[in-house]
Amino acid sequence: MKAIESIIDKIYQNVRITIDEGFFLFNHADLLTLAGMAEHKRFERHPDRLITFVVDRNINYTNICMSGCKFCAFYKTPESGEGYVISRESLHEKIQETLDLGGTQILLQGGMNPHLEMSYYIDLLKDIKANFKIHIHGFSPPEIAYIAEKSGMDIAAVVSLFREAGLDSIPGGGAEILCDDVRLKVSPNKCMTGPWLEVMETAHNLGMKSSATMMFGHAETPHHIFEHMDKIRQLQDRTGGFTAFIPWTFQPGNTRIHHPGTGAAVYLRVLALSRIFLDNIDNIQASWVTQGEKIAQTALFYGANDLGSTMIEENVVASAGVDFMLPEKELRRLIETAGFTPHQRDCYYNLL
Amino acid sequence: MNRLFRDDALKDIYNKVKKGIRLSREDGLLLYKTPDLNGVGRMADHVRRQRHGNDAFYVYNQHLNYTNICKNRCLFCAYAVDKDDDGAYLWRINDIEKRLMARIDEPVNELHIVGGLHPSLDFDYFTDLLKTVKRIRPTAKIKAFTSVEIDYLSNLSGLSVEDTISELKKAGLDMMPGGGAEVMSERVRKKLFPKKVPGHRWLEIMEAVHRAGIPTNATMLYGHIETLEERVDHLIALRELQDRTGGFSAFIPLAFHSQNTALSHLPATTAVDDLKNIAIARLLLDNFDHIKAYWVMIGEKLAQVALNYGADDLDGTIIEERITHEAGATSAKGLTRDDMERMIRDAGFVPVERDTFYNVLCRDGVAVSENGTTGHGA
Repeated sequence: MKAIESIIDKIYQNVRITIDEGFFLFNHADLLTLAGMAEHKRFERHPDRLITFVVDRNINYTNICMSGCKFCAFYKTPESGEGYVISRESLHEKIQETLDLGGTQILLQGGMNPHLEMSYYIDLLKDIKANFKIHIHGFSPPEIAYIAEKSGMDIAAVVSLFREAGLDSIPGGGAEILCDDVRLKVSPNKCMTGPWLEVMETAHNLGMKSSATMMFGHAETPHHIFEHMDKIRQLQDRTGGFTAFIPWTFQPGNTRIHHPGTGAAVYLRVLALSRIFLDNIDNIQASWVTQGEKIAQTALFYGANDLGSTMIEENVVASAGVDFMLPEKELRRLIETAGFTPHQRDCYYNLL
Repeated sequence: MNRLFRDDALKDIYNKVKKGIRLSREDGLLLYKTPDLNGVGRMADHVRRQRHGNDAFYVYNQHLNYTNICKNRCLFCAYAVDKDDDGAYLWRINDIEKRLMARIDEPVNELHIVGGLHPSLDFDYFTDLLKTVKRIRPTAKIKAFTSVEIDYLSNLSGLSVEDTISELKKAGLDMMPGGGAEVMSERVRKKLFPKKVPGHRWLEIMEAVHRAGIPTNATMLYGHIETLEERVDHLIALRELQDRTGGFSAFIPLAFHSQNTALSHLPATTAVDDLKNIAIARLLLDNFDHIKAYWVMIGEKLAQVALNYGADDLDGTIIEERITHEAGATSAKGLTRDDMERMIRDAGFVPVERDTFYNVLCRDGVAVSENGTTGHGA
């Protein structure tokens, strides 16, 4: 008990907690004690009862992927013949629809597709920017690391080229758990921790913003969760380039990992601890896509100040059999009935 | 700095809670109105842990909804149909036997039996039903018939409520569920369920049932057109009856599901409302042993979280839940014992499998002998 009390005192005194202290709280603190501290940190940083969200669409330019991550239900192998690369026509249609619905950005991500050349990506970005006034939040670090390796370029060169072609910011996907022992188990063909962080640091140093994610509830131990967050926190100390942290739970449907799935109680513990541990990241996002709207609403009392995207389209989590839909009207109601005020934002968390 | 509450108004209530002083109607309203969900939860958790420590109960049960034909046709119900409607059904005694036999290898400890008010059944059907269940499942407890059905059966049999209960008890009735209470407000009743027994009658029947030695649960259907005042009054009416009889075992807040009902324009209840109803029930109902988070209605995920907001019971594994699923519930239709125990453990609680009367059958995976710990409520 004494150990818990001393860690809690540190938190209320704005002293940073260590990996082991976070881990200790994860194992021993009551859920509502964590909630109380997370709410305290959230209101300290964001005193207004605002909950933000972005209107955007996930566009997956290809589902063909070399990576074959065990937790993924979305990808098709290059040999399967079942994959796609999005057509320009379909891409334009999706972007136009997004704009028509008040959307401000697209989340442009895809598989590690061996058939696509550097010119494909550059043309894709230029084409979007030539035709639409829309923010491109695209290419998670594993994609960039893969493209760099395949084209024999270094990561900084790829990020610079993409930026010149129109890439605005980088999504924090593909982080999974940033510990190589875990990555070797669940996603051995995807970039390891070093390149993931390198892509982000490079982008931040070029003045680009990114988010950071964490997918947990598969092969990691709870200690890995705090090692992961520590790596994010250290990088953020150097660059300040992360806008938000988004923890979400592995969805076992249609994947090759046999796991019963992570319950809401553990999700909320991790969410609250991410708000407490990541004392240098402004925004903590709740994941309604993986948790459903009831737990997403509950998450607003566990340190989250953002509900992510209305997701006009989402394919990856849906392939694992999880299909929560949340139109903007419902998203707003969810926020209002929790006693908060909804506000649309852009990718940089500016209020619109 | 106050680390317990974001809303300072909760401090006075917490002082009462800590001293075991009964909360007032005004306290109840304040609890409903505060935006400090976790503050309310923390107090409810305090009470819950005083009573039950880290235990979280569940029962291995089977639901039998013997008919969906109902003459009441309440506006909030997606389950009931008229006799000639498509999909109308009535399970005869041999259908009941089949349903029981289909699961006979499972360790079912409780049968939860409720149905519509069928216009052309006679009283013998109900006593036969109970006897059949007892014959096939002699050791399982039968929790059957809401107060509404008892009123109806009393009319069918021409017997007084007391004699009706006595006959049902002889046939095997062990306990009664708490359904049909809805919200005890004449205003709401007139609008949504004018044919159903009024609130005072529901309470009178429950009182008679308790006096006959049959324990019951109690419920409140929330999230339709009721006001916060009506909710608090409902809880206080239950608390007053409990003071007189002590016959209530658990209170179960029931989240309204509007799909396929005449109120389908109403949105689903929110997580905040679901958690608050559980927590506030725990705080106001100081004379109830148990507060249930009914996972069928609020979803498995939120039910798990609710164990930290005053709930100590997740109801049952439930095979074939029909009524809420007709109204669009997206929860599973049944959970396995493993699912149930994992949900409880992952939330940091100790899974306790119980029987209908909260006798402990298995604690943390270890069977408790028949002569071992026994609960209360019988």
